Amino acid sequence: MIDPQLLERHGLKPDEYERIVLFMGREPNLTELGIFSVMWSEHCSYKSSRVHLKTLPTEGPQVLQGPGENAGAVDIGDGLAAVFKIESHNHPSFIEPYQGAATGVGGIIRDIFTMGARPIALLNSLRFGALEVPGTRRLLEGVVAGIAGYGNSIGIPTVGGEIVFEPSYAGNPLVNVFCLGIAKASDIVKGVASGVGNSVYYVGAKTGRDGIHGATMASAEFDEKSAEKRPAVQVGDPFMEKLLLEACLEVMQTDALVGIQDMGAAGLTCSTTEMGSRGGAGVEIDVALVPQRETGMTPYEIMLSESQERMLLVAKPGREAEVERIFEKWDLHAVRIGHVTGDGLLRVKERGALVAEIPNRALTDEAPVYRRPMTEPEYLREVQQLDLDALPKKGPYPFFDHALLALLGSPTVASKRWVYRQYDHMVRTNTINLPGFGAGVVRIKGTDRALAMSVDGNGRYCYLDPYRGAMLAVAEAARNVACSGARPLAATNCLNFGNPERPAIMWQFAKAVEGIGAACRALDVPITGGNVSLYNETDGNAVYPTPTIGVVGLLEHADRVVGRRFQESGDAIILLGEGGGELGGTEYLKVMHDLVRGVPPALDLEAERALQALLVTLAAERLVRSAHDCSDGGLAVTVAECCFDTIGIGAEISVAADEVARDPQVNVTAALFGESASRVVISAVSEDVTRILERAAAARVPARVIGQTGGNRLRMAAGGEVVIDLSVDAAERAWSTAIEQYFVKRVA
Amino acid sequence: MRFGIVVFPGSNCDEDAFHAAKTVFGQDADYLWHKDTDLKGADVVILPGGFAHGDYLRTGAMARFSPIMAAVRAFAERGGPVLGICNGFQILLESGLLPGAMLRNKGLKYRCEHVHVRVEQTDTPFTRAASVGQVLRIPIGHGEGNYFAPSDMLQRLEANRQVILRYTDPHGRLDDTANPNGSVNAIAGLCNERRNVVGMMPHPERACEPLLGGIDGRAIFESIVGTFRPADRFALQPSVVGSGVGDERSADQRSASLSGERHR
Repeated sequence: MIDPQLLERHGLKPDEYERIVLFMGREPNLTELGIFSVMWSEHCSYKSSRVHLKTLPTEGPQVLQGPGENAGAVDIGDGLAAVFKIESHNHPSFIEPYQGAATGVGGIIRDIFTMGARPIALLNSLRFGALEVPGTRRLLEGVVAGIAGYGNSIGIPTVGGEIVFEPSYAGNPLVNVFCLGIAKASDIVKGVASGVGNSVYYVGAKTGRDGIHGATMASAEFDEKSAEKRPAVQVGDPFMEKLLLEACLEVMQTDALVGIQDMGAAGLTCSTTEMGSRGGAGVEIDVALVPQRETGMTPYEIMLSESQERMLLVAKPGREAEVERIFEKWDLHAVRIGHVTGDGLLRVKERGALVAEIPNRALTDEAPVYRRPMTEPEYLREVQQLDLDALPKKGPYPFFDHALLALLGSPTVASKRWVYRQYDHMVRTNTINLPGFGAGVVRIKGTDRALAMSVDGNGRYCYLDPYRGAMLAVAEAARNVACSGARPLAATNCLNFGNPERPAIMWQFAKAVEGIGAACRALDVPITGGNVSLYNETDGNAVYPTPTIGVVGLLEHADRVVGRRFQESGDAIILLGEGGGELGGTEYLKVMHDLVRGVPPALDLEAERALQALLVTLAAERLVRSAHDCSDGGLAVTVAECCFDTIGIGAEISVAADEVARDPQVNVTAALFGESASRVVISAVSEDVTRILERAAAARVPARVIGQTGGNRLRMAAGGEVVIDLSVDAAERAWSTAIEQYFVKRVA
Repeated sequence: MRFGIVVFPGSNCDEDAFHAAKTVFGQDADYLWHKDTDLKGADVVILPGGFAHGDYLRTGAMARFSPIMAAVRAFAERGGPVLGICNGFQILLESGLLPGAMLRNKGLKYRCEHVHVRVEQTDTPFTRAASVGQVLRIPIGHGEGNYFAPSDMLQRLEANRQVILRYTDPHGRLDDTANPNGSVNAIAGLCNERRNVVGMMPHPERACEPLLGGIDGRAIFESIVGTFRPADRFALQPSVVGSGVGDERSADQRSASLSGERHR
């Protein structure tokens, strides 16, 4: 009955099948094979990534819950916990952008409220191909509408995020969604099933045939037939999720639950197995009792369906009626579909007849773990070569004006207002740093505090050097949080890579994880959870290795939050950190020379840590009026962005030219557009400058006044000569209309 | 005074309105579950923003059938002040408590941003504290806020001075680019003929604290709070209800108050 074709359709390798037979002591039936196939898929089992993920730092006094549960949690004082995680929905979003992105949002929200936390903020990190390509615009519109459609309806603000456009993502966009919630630290709920005989309830939407083998789809590469997989994408219903969210949080306040878990990837299979496994128990269910919205569904289909907005929960004995009553109030039905057993087995029946019986251990602990072969990719040495003196000469003066305008108009750098104004970013009345103004910051009602959060990643850097690129991603996310005045607490990661069965991809993955580990250790932001998305390839072309890092930080006084914008004319502009004239991997090379070359900027983790601590101190003492991280586009873009969305406040700065090439033009370029790490542009009233410089000296952070705010022009001098002189208006127009322009014509 | 904030399944600005009434303005406030049939002695009723019943079919179309709406209607007919914000405005339109209808935004996309609205009339319970011509900077967040009324109805609305808020530029000038959704006559807020029922698309509860980047929404709340006199009570039976604190943890109180339990 089980032949090689059937195994292939299930994404199982012959040796994996042998392992199944060995463990079961018999051939599995089709339902059991289906269950194994999803639980042993890369998506659920982390079989290629697990050995590497184990090396990440996950502990610290601030960590209340590390990896292994539905989400991580950190202590934020006042007896409260911040519960957060990031997750990918790349494959579904490519096949069906609206629903793929929408259900990605729905899935991560469930992970958060499953822990007993009320979700209060969303972020997203998106990657698309070049915006000039019409197909990209269709994907961008669909993904953004999907995120908006779900997040807006359920009433959780999307407070920030990032979007990068690179040809590498054309056949495989990345949709990573982050959610954060607040819980009482003492009331965190876990996804466990225990207590023999306890009732197992199914709550939420009915089960249909949608999403069957979604986890398997997410564990394979794409080819020209991928569009045929559309039925494997689920359809979201944010209204149902809103009801589930409110009802579950209400039930959790009663203390009537043993555990609860959402049905995400691999649906009923994964939730029953994992809850049983965590509780050292077994779960027995009868699929005939599962609410179904289609007729004639087989046990195989019911167990593998990934229909959205469903939860599995275990009630304490004697509390069943209470649980049922609360769901009833929200017009939801909690259906008892089985009970907890003491035998450690997943037992599935259909009207009493046994249809599957598998030890939990076989599906979880005994799932294959691979230490896959790795080799340094061949392209690497070649692309790391960068001869700055060989760069083609670019036009005469005002070349730098043009370069700055071109960078500001690059969709990756440009304002994302067209995107974020489609997201409700103010609902719940907590958002105190709006999207586009720095890290997302939400106050915590009932306290003085606020939480800052940022998601960052740079696939281009990681392509050029995955170890350093991954470190830089952690540093940038934490730096963005620190710029707002918040102390970085912990991180979550979403690792987007190609096919791990290829040694070069596996090498990228391993190096990136090493880099994340090193940076998280040095900056004291342990990883509390996350997600791995492999097989991001189409027709054999992998995306840039793209680890996305989400960092959460705590601001002791919400009213001391710092944003990116200059506040007033006549303020001093100070550069914290030092430029090293590094042009490798920059947005400048990409935009002006169409080059992806060189090595990404160096990162001194000790210097980075000192810089971040200084930023937190300066904000706490109310010494800074604005702070903005230097990243894509370097110092010139950063200073320009500080002027935007103000009332047209200009700036005048002067810096030294770098000495990296014989050509003076290149040296000026490096100073203005180089992307050296650990640098932040701050502004302050002139009376505070001395104190700021003293604080910086004490913290061993290089700091110097580079100019002053005021006027309505952007004037930048490098090496003693004014090389950029633009009106703020012109610069802001280039920046604010770059993305919008692709869409305005289409509006009737 | 006592605010009653209606909670439909799918409401999502209910806690924001509660927070504004209770924590920012120090008033009493209760959540009113949509299956309830009495207003718990509310002096003013708010229909908050969100996506009541998922806004499936049409925005606000299902909510009008919720049991609480009969009580809201009776309250309005006695002259009780009712404010519909965003989805609440849409529900008032679908219920016939206000005239007209909403279409999708002219750009066909959801828009969330600060806009400027000019106060046109101050003889309503929600605009009394403002002055005519005053420009308020308040956020919007909606996909269907493109107000429409047929021309004869529109003429009547204008003649009766029922248009109370209009989208303008920061200086109070009418300008197509300042109208975020294409509303006819730039209508952002409306009252009924009796002037006690008000609907508005902008969210005043999002602009009541400096920390949130603006306090222009206070004018709306100050109007109703500042001019309230106990003699104005429109409720049939003011009941005595305890109070809790309005903060992130108010979900406790909410679920308790929704299940009819009294909380301190």
